[in-house]
Amino acid sequence: MSEKQTYTVSIYTENNIGVLNRISAIFQRRHINLESVNVSKSEIRSVSRITLLVRVTEEQIKKIIGQLEKQIEVIKAYYHVDEETVYQESCLFKLRTDLLTENDEIQKVINSSKSRVININKDFFVLEKSGTKEEVEELYHLLNKHGIKQFVRSGRIAITKEEMPVSELLESIKK
Amino acid sequence: METRTKKVKEQSVKTSVTISGAEAVIKCLLAEGVDLLYGYPGGAIMPVYDELYKYQKELNHVLTRHEQGATHAAQGYARATGKVGVAIATSGPGATNLITGIADAQIDSTPMVCITGQVAEHLLGTDAFQETDIVGISTPVTKWNYQITKASEIPEVFAKAFYIARSGRPGPVLIDITKNAQFEKFEFSYEPCTAVRSYQPVPKLDINAVKEAANLINGAKKPMVIFGQGVILGEAEEEFKTFIEKAGIPSAWTLLGLSALPTSHELNVGMVGMHGNYGPNRLTNECDVLIAVGMRFDDRVTGDLSRYAKQAKVVHFEIDPAEINKNVKANVAVLGNAKESLQGILPYLKDNEHKSWLQEFRDHDAIEFDKVIKKDLYPIKDGLTMGEVIKEINNASEGNAIVVTDVGQHQMIACRYANFNKSKSNITSGGLGTMGFALPAAIGAKMGTPEREVVAVIGDGGYQMTIQELGTILQTKAAVKIVVLNNEFLGMVRQWQQLFFDKRYASTTMTNPDFVAIAKGYHIDAKRVTQREELAGAVSEMMASEEAFFLEVCVEKEDNVFPMIPTGSSVSDVRLS
Repeated sequence: MSEKQTYTVSIYTENNIGVLNRISAIFQRRHINLESVNVSKSEIRSVSRITLLVRVTEEQIKKIIGQLEKQIEVIKAYYHVDEETVYQESCLFKLRTDLLTENDEIQKVINSSKSRVININKDFFVLEKSGTKEEVEELYHLLNKHGIKQFVRSGRIAITKEEMPVSELLESIKK
Repeated sequence: METRTKKVKEQSVKTSVTISGAEAVIKCLLAEGVDLLYGYPGGAIMPVYDELYKYQKELNHVLTRHEQGATHAAQGYARATGKVGVAIATSGPGATNLITGIADAQIDSTPMVCITGQVAEHLLGTDAFQETDIVGISTPVTKWNYQITKASEIPEVFAKAFYIARSGRPGPVLIDITKNAQFEKFEFSYEPCTAVRSYQPVPKLDINAVKEAANLINGAKKPMVIFGQGVILGEAEEEFKTFIEKAGIPSAWTLLGLSALPTSHELNVGMVGMHGNYGPNRLTNECDVLIAVGMRFDDRVTGDLSRYAKQAKVVHFEIDPAEINKNVKANVAVLGNAKESLQGILPYLKDNEHKSWLQEFRDHDAIEFDKVIKKDLYPIKDGLTMGEVIKEINNASEGNAIVVTDVGQHQMIACRYANFNKSKSNITSGGLGTMGFALPAAIGAKMGTPEREVVAVIGDGGYQMTIQELGTILQTKAAVKIVVLNNEFLGMVRQWQQLFFDKRYASTTMTNPDFVAIAKGYHIDAKRVTQREELAGAVSEMMASEEAFFLEVCVEKEDNVFPMIPTGSSVSDVRLS
């Protein structure tokens, strides 16, 4: 049996009601937890791209891809390991504004983490950071000791390094 | 191209007319060639029923006594005819009652379209009376589903639903229609669906895979074929026969593959799987090339996978790419529908025969006959066996009847012993194992093929799960022959309790009603047999009847079905006692 590892699953689907339910049901039925989910537009008009993160064996993920592609509204599904993709997660922190004036430590963290302040008022400010899960988590730990009022992180989004043959398939669909 | 698709009545309604959504539903069904559907009315589907009333000359709606019965009847119709079965129900409980039949159709690849009414769009999500999220509930058990909230969506969605249900690997589709969409008037026109851009029903045949498969088959010394329902669904029975005859390959069937090849064919070596025949099970682990045609290596077929056909090279002919390497790794996968794939391989096949290898199957048959079959079919003890009932049905039908079975011991016995000359003659609930399937499925099969004899063989347990469909028989006069094999037990579970739970018969004894009186209460001719000497006469009387007939046969209470591969065992360890 192969070992479990993290796979990024990219699914091109029709942009219809219920497709996400159909897809998540495939994982639920096999008792697999979704580590993260992102649904967005793709490069093709009216085609959605669902990006999932799961920890399974390669044997499992191959079979799951088969089940995903079997769904009527799924155009194509792929799985990749981290090294095969360029990926990011985005996160937002809500922090007290007076932290910025109390000391310069927060300012240093902001600079060194390449995060940015995207909103500020007299009570709180919002810090945005994009990066890998590890970078986001590191920033979380640095900020946590100062008190995080709110934290939210997006699902992973990923671009594959290799050309995905789906591009041609989607091109042919476009016309 | 898809052969099933070609059969669709390509009746485009191009000139547009202003009609209600409900009437559009009827027009869509007619355009798809539907002349029969099964269902049960209720609040949220009443506008469609009102139109069914107006169109009753063109479209025969059969009122079942429960929505589950409607789905199984639609399945029986589909399995006997190869056409799409249609079931219709109201929202809420009407819709949820369809789920068992839908799940059964999904796992057994049966083409079916289910239509459900839904509360009006403005009430969605308000916990309105009889509102249920049937699209959400049915998602994991449908090939596709869709909720219509505007009448204008109806033609396109129906066309797509029928196309999806019947094309590729068939399956059930559910269409949920809110009540406002049924009332709404719109400009109706109809175009059949011929493609869905995100859906490739039949993979393109790869000629290199075909050649590779042919090489393996040509080089085999001990080849064995296991064929499944893919042969029937792909209407590839003739191609299949030519294929195995040319290559001279002993061929075994799965439960759902049964009847694709006549029982009497010299290369038919019986059933594989948990209660399959001794030879094909044992020899699965001795063949050198295993050729799977339109089957999915279900766990009931393979037993322990780690000890399944490890010595063999596997060639897998399959329409559904997700089935390749799912359970058994294929050395060569030939994707496509069975008809084209088998036609494709023929020119590359050597004329061949494997006489001594085939003889090995026959030698195993002799052992099985001695240890199992003799007692089942030619018992010398007093109690009636299920097997001898099937033997009498064979004598009367001469192998020409459709045999519809439920789930359990009687099912295994019927499938083991029933003779079939024609395809689409074995109708049973395979993958889901749905007790209660047979009676309504037999009604559907009979109505779909009125020229054929339809015999439902049912256990006393499963019979009582959908016994209310006797009312449907009464009302429609469907001339179904019903045989209940009554052992006053949930026999298969009792068998497992005997073998694996030290005879602790937890909740498997049945105190049964007077089945004959019940049938007579529905004005169905009925008879009970308790003695061997009455059996042949009663079966003949039943088969000779022009109308529905009920026959109860009181069989030995604690007989077991053998051969048997206990769960977790290898096919090699198939037991004869």
